[in-house]
Amino acid sequence: MTPAGTTLHVPHHPARRHTRSEPPYVRRLLIGTALTFIGLFLILPLLFVFTQAFAKGIGFYFHSIDEPMAWSAIKLTLLAAGISVPLNCVFGVCAAWAIAKFDFYGKNVLLTLIDLPFSVSPVIAGLIYVLVFGTQGWLGLYLNADHPALPWLANWLNDHNFKIIYAVPGIVLATIFVTFPFVARELIPLMQAQGRSEEEAARVLGASGWQVFWRVTLPNIKWGLLYGVILCNARAMGEFGAVSVVSGKIRGQTNTIPLHIEALYDDYNFTGAFAVASLLALLALVTLGLKTWVEHKNAAVLDK
Amino acid sequence: MLPGFKLTLGFTLFYLGLIVLIPLAAVFWKSSSLSWAEFWQTVTMPQAMASYRLTFGVSLGAALVNLVFGLIVAWVLVRYEFFGKKLVDALVDLPFALPTAVAGITLASLYSKNGWIGQFFTYTDEHHEVQSIFFSSRLGIFVALTFIGLPFIVRTVQPILEDIDPELEEAASSLGANRWQVFHRVILPMLTPALLTGFALAFARALGEYGSVIFIAGNIPMKTQITPVLIMQELDMYEYGRATAIAVVMLVVSFVLLLSINVLQWWTNRHNTHNLA
Repeated sequence: MTPAGTTLHVPHHPARRHTRSEPPYVRRLLIGTALTFIGLFLILPLLFVFTQAFAKGIGFYFHSIDEPMAWSAIKLTLLAAGISVPLNCVFGVCAAWAIAKFDFYGKNVLLTLIDLPFSVSPVIAGLIYVLVFGTQGWLGLYLNADHPALPWLANWLNDHNFKIIYAVPGIVLATIFVTFPFVARELIPLMQAQGRSEEEAARVLGASGWQVFWRVTLPNIKWGLLYGVILCNARAMGEFGAVSVVSGKIRGQTNTIPLHIEALYDDYNFTGAFAVASLLALLALVTLGLKTWVEHKNAAVLDK
Repeated sequence: MLPGFKLTLGFTLFYLGLIVLIPLAAVFWKSSSLSWAEFWQTVTMPQAMASYRLTFGVSLGAALVNLVFGLIVAWVLVRYEFFGKKLVDALVDLPFALPTAVAGITLASLYSKNGWIGQFFTYTDEHHEVQSIFFSSRLGIFVALTFIGLPFIVRTVQPILEDIDPELEEAASSLGANRWQVFHRVILPMLTPALLTGFALAFARALGEYGSVIFIAGNIPMKTQITPVLIMQELDMYEYGRATAIAVVMLVVSFVLLLSINVLQWWTNRHNTHNLA
């Protein structure tokens, strides 16, 4: 390659210089269109959330967040995310290990099935758990049967007033369902691209299965895993449709943050609704920030 | 040979069955409690038909708008330098990250008759009251569905656009093609599979969307009630059979879309290795 200085005085051929570029007015028009679209649909709504949240001052803002119903919703949301994210994380790692490191029949079908929850409407995600665990569903039929199988179990469940729908377990289950594919989807293509030679080499050198995973695989997939966890968590904390079907919306008991926002909004307490909503908007911004940072890190790893 | 195949595949299948497949099977089990005639009557009742027309029509419109603007945003992000480009690139994913309920109340307030945008688009109704043209109307649902579908096309087109070999464009222009011809005849055909995939993803997402729509839509039966809201309404009336029947229709459509998206993605991958090799 010639050093840059030697080509300095060679004039560019005009036709060649413009082969990958548009006239300035076209560029300006396209950039203007894109920025207007982004500004109108993304930046304006984001500004609006924070402006409305502080519309009645900072005192009202903290009053809206620091009250028992809001705290109860925050705790329930943290609980649902705290259970569903680790479970889906373990699932994602297992699924990616099986799919990326081994060959077996029906792999493509399995991949499609893992994606299923993405294509199911949140309302239907809630509905399916009502059909399984609701009073009209499988569990209800079992508990109300005259001669149930395993009568001791039916009695025990009835005595303890065991409930899944319109209670916390239903909310957790619906959250697990809607966030099911996130970690697996990030890890499967990543681990497929990395292949299995490094792990096989470690095995030949005498490493145990766990050692291979912790010392070889995990360092290779950590950024992808983190990325999946971030997206999974954002969806878990923000899920609305599925949770609103199974929750029963009992204030202070089965309201998550999004359901609490809906309740405030329906009560015409708009500033309160936006104050609580600003917490989730902040979470979204942190998610986007972390996502950009992880992508940057991952690109650095791939460039090495 | 690596260990752990039986353990990991076993757990994967167990968890998939428990969380996804068995509960989904419940939908088909419950809908079989209706006779075929009852099922057909439920899924074709006027209120359901109106909700399908609305949901499909507006989802299609929103996905089409995103197809055009998503391509422009992806193009600008890949090809040009401008102030705030990194910020815009990160913000494109906002509709993925922002909870739908937050998007819902935000859009509803922003486009209401007193909102920042809605105040400029009002009319006086038959009761002499000022109304926003976005409120309780198809237009409002369209805004919400455009918002949630925005990232899909940008994110499917962007990587393909980044990978296009500059020599292809240079070759075309050295053979005398003008810039529009290069775009139309060389670049666009290479982007077609990605554009279709993004379009299908945005459309599929819009069909099932609930949270971002309900606050702005007004949910008036026969007029602005989308199908997920109709399912919710049947559930609130304890009409589980009817809710399930309509859910089956939506699920079948979603599965067909999921299959076409997988075929499209396979086509995209094949198309690219073919063009970029």
